[in-house]
Amino acid sequence: MSDSLLEVRGLSKGFPGVRALAGVDFTVRRGEIHALMGENGAGKSTLIKVLTGVYERDAGDTRLEGKTIFPRSPREAEACGISTVYQEVNLIPDLSVAENICLGRQPTVFGNIRWGAITRRAKQALARLELDLDPSRQLSACSIAIQQMVALARAMDVSAKLLILDEPTSSLDEREVGELFKVIRKLRDDGMGIVFVTHFMDQVYSVTNRITVLRNGELVGEYPTAELPRLELVARMIGKDAKEVAAMESQHPGVQSIREGEPFLEVKNFGRKGSIAPLDLSIRPGEVVGLAGLLGSGRTETARIIFGVDKPDSGEMFLDGERVTISSPRAAIRRRIAFTAEDRKVDGIIPNLSIRENIVLALQASRGAWAKLSRAKQDELADRFIKALRVKTPGPEQLIKNLSGGNQQKVLLGRWLATEPRLIILDEPTRGIDVGAKAEIEKLITELRRDGLAILFISSELEEVVRTSQRVVILRDRKKVGELAGEAISEHAIMSQIAAPTAESKDVLHA
Amino acid sequence: MLNAANILFWAVLAALLFFARRQRIFWPLLALTLLLLFNQLFTPGFFNLELREGHLYGTRIDILKHGGTVMLVALGMTLVIATGGVDLSVGAVMAVAGAVLAQAAAVHQQSAGVAMLLALVVSLGLGAWNGLLVAGIGIQPIVATLILMVAGRGIAQLITEGQIINFTNPALVYIANGYFLGLPFACTLVLVLLAATYALTRATALGLFIESVGDNDVASRYAGVNARFVKFTAYVFAGFCAGLAGLVAASDIKSADANHAGLYAELDAILAVVIGGTALTGGRFYLLGSIVGAFLIQTLTTTMYARNVSADIAPVPKALVVIAVCLLQSEKARRCFTRFLPRKSPAAPTANAKAGS
Repeated sequence: MSDSLLEVRGLSKGFPGVRALAGVDFTVRRGEIHALMGENGAGKSTLIKVLTGVYERDAGDTRLEGKTIFPRSPREAEACGISTVYQEVNLIPDLSVAENICLGRQPTVFGNIRWGAITRRAKQALARLELDLDPSRQLSACSIAIQQMVALARAMDVSAKLLILDEPTSSLDEREVGELFKVIRKLRDDGMGIVFVTHFMDQVYSVTNRITVLRNGELVGEYPTAELPRLELVARMIGKDAKEVAAMESQHPGVQSIREGEPFLEVKNFGRKGSIAPLDLSIRPGEVVGLAGLLGSGRTETARIIFGVDKPDSGEMFLDGERVTISSPRAAIRRRIAFTAEDRKVDGIIPNLSIRENIVLALQASRGAWAKLSRAKQDELADRFIKALRVKTPGPEQLIKNLSGGNQQKVLLGRWLATEPRLIILDEPTRGIDVGAKAEIEKLITELRRDGLAILFISSELEEVVRTSQRVVILRDRKKVGELAGEAISEHAIMSQIAAPTAESKDVLHA
Repeated sequence: MLNAANILFWAVLAALLFFARRQRIFWPLLALTLLLLFNQLFTPGFFNLELREGHLYGTRIDILKHGGTVMLVALGMTLVIATGGVDLSVGAVMAVAGAVLAQAAAVHQQSAGVAMLLALVVSLGLGAWNGLLVAGIGIQPIVATLILMVAGRGIAQLITEGQIINFTNPALVYIANGYFLGLPFACTLVLVLLAATYALTRATALGLFIESVGDNDVASRYAGVNARFVKFTAYVFAGFCAGLAGLVAASDIKSADANHAGLYAELDAILAVVIGGTALTGGRFYLLGSIVGAFLIQTLTTTMYARNVSADIAPVPKALVVIAVCLLQSEKARRCFTRFLPRKSPAAPTANAKAGS
């Protein structure tokens, strides 16, 4: 154990009504990539936030290179040598790339910032990531993936001993993930300790050396990656034994039969300049239509013009065969369309309101301000959806910001289901949530479909799209490039359509 | 001086504190209690209370009487701040309302009812103007309401033609100088408006919408909340509240003074709202908290007078108390403070024991 870099012993942290961490041990050695795994609410984020000084611990001991550390702010943690890249990019959009990289530790002469040095340092940091990017560019002008790389460049700009990556890949496409992995492998070889939190199993098995599993705030165990088969890992995470999981895996529903009948939603030649080229799309009641494509291929943009967030500049839209114009989300909701947005934090949750208030919000909004739902009715709705969607919470009055990502997502689903929609657009509903919750949400989608809902399902995970959709529309470069139905749907078929012209490498993960 | 009435007063205050001990309002209420306690101990005559001709007189009654305008303005301001905005024009709106009232009553010889109605309608209109700029056009609230803050006094001057207009209509004089059930009539006005505001926001879903818009504008819009309407309503309501306060302020001096009516009322109101626990960034709002905040501010001012602190330096001790109250509100600051106190918490020794092992 002499090569251990970070040693955490008996770490505990509680929030009002929630025990987030209970006596957790965690060890990271020099020169290893260590995966931290667990379902939503298992305590991964809390552990990381304690390590980086965002939260204060209740009890426990943390040592870095044998010395006890007690960071009380991210800055102190950085000074100790712990750098972090968060799941959601935590940078300042209005500053330039270079300013973001050097923010808080600008080189100065007599209190004046040396801009030249900043640019130079930023360039070096970007070069280390082999990123070809103008450091003077405003951050908000970069794609989310690039922003993530900038965050990483920032994290490595300080002399870090331990690098924590909290879901860094959830907004990256495969090539970018490959790039990222190349960099972190190099850092590992330089002797840095790397903590890697992700929900993508493939990535865990392709880069990590060791896995620590948490469950309900407690340590399940630490394993060398090579000695823990995937099935075992899933079993440990969801607290079941491997046999049960094997049974679950074999129950994948086959390809569903194609629905006949009139579509609920039909758009023709529907598009918007700069976001999505005109396309045709239809969804029938009781049908899941998958929208597949790489990040930035126009999936979200399609959803946004259907829901009335952005205005289309060509084409027409029909609901139940009747031509309609939807000019705002309110109008869409009145027509019983629902939309769970991709970015939960920005477009979804009302963080400081309770779960109950978050659930009733859309329904109340469609009723208007004067026809207030009685408190009894609100409580009933909240209880119903907390139970039906298995939201893990001490109660409906808990603030939604205190929930884990997966549970927030379930609450948002509840918000929309309460409005009894006929079409629900799910934009990356499973992003950043764990295997268990993913399976639950998939199951839920299937149940909703059986109840006759029309569903537009957007996901980066092709397996999911294949498993749940009756038809799949494939987008590439903001254009519809194909459509698959029924038996023809397979990961391979989708991939080959996405990759058709440029044939980007799919095995970049394992390079 | 402790007499039966004072003992009863303290008992009521203690009971309030006890029932509010887990509420947000506890901290401003505690601050108010401490300030009153200071006066009880060190300011002679502060706690005198007399009954003359069926009316109560005393320093505390003065606080109720003069705190009324800030309380009225603060109620409207609470909703505006909760939407994530701010209304800087309320002082100017007070001046306009007073000008309209005096002009209608004294110059055009209208009845008290018509004059008040006119003043309130104009205030609503000014609120709607703010709402239009903020919610309709999308101008930042500080800038949008700054326009009327500056222009409003000019409008008031135009209405009064640069004069200070006196009026004698007994009904109008009664608003600020009359007594109802032994207490200044302004108290009744505050209570009625508080009840009305409460009904407007909590008996309907407007309160929920205001809080959700203030907390996350974009997500609220996605959920179908009509954010524009919500914001617009808040500004219109703030205009109405300011108009009402303008009537009280004009009635108090029995005249309309375009230059001085409601001067700095916006700052006092914002302060009252913040002391009351509503965050300037929007979201959750606390109507009762704002009332207690306004109380605290008026008590502070009155304390300064009672202790003969010159008006020129009064803002300094006032500012210190306000800072203390704001720190008291913050959980983080409280924890920071208790860290300097001698440690009694059981957590400390266990943590040491573990570190040592």
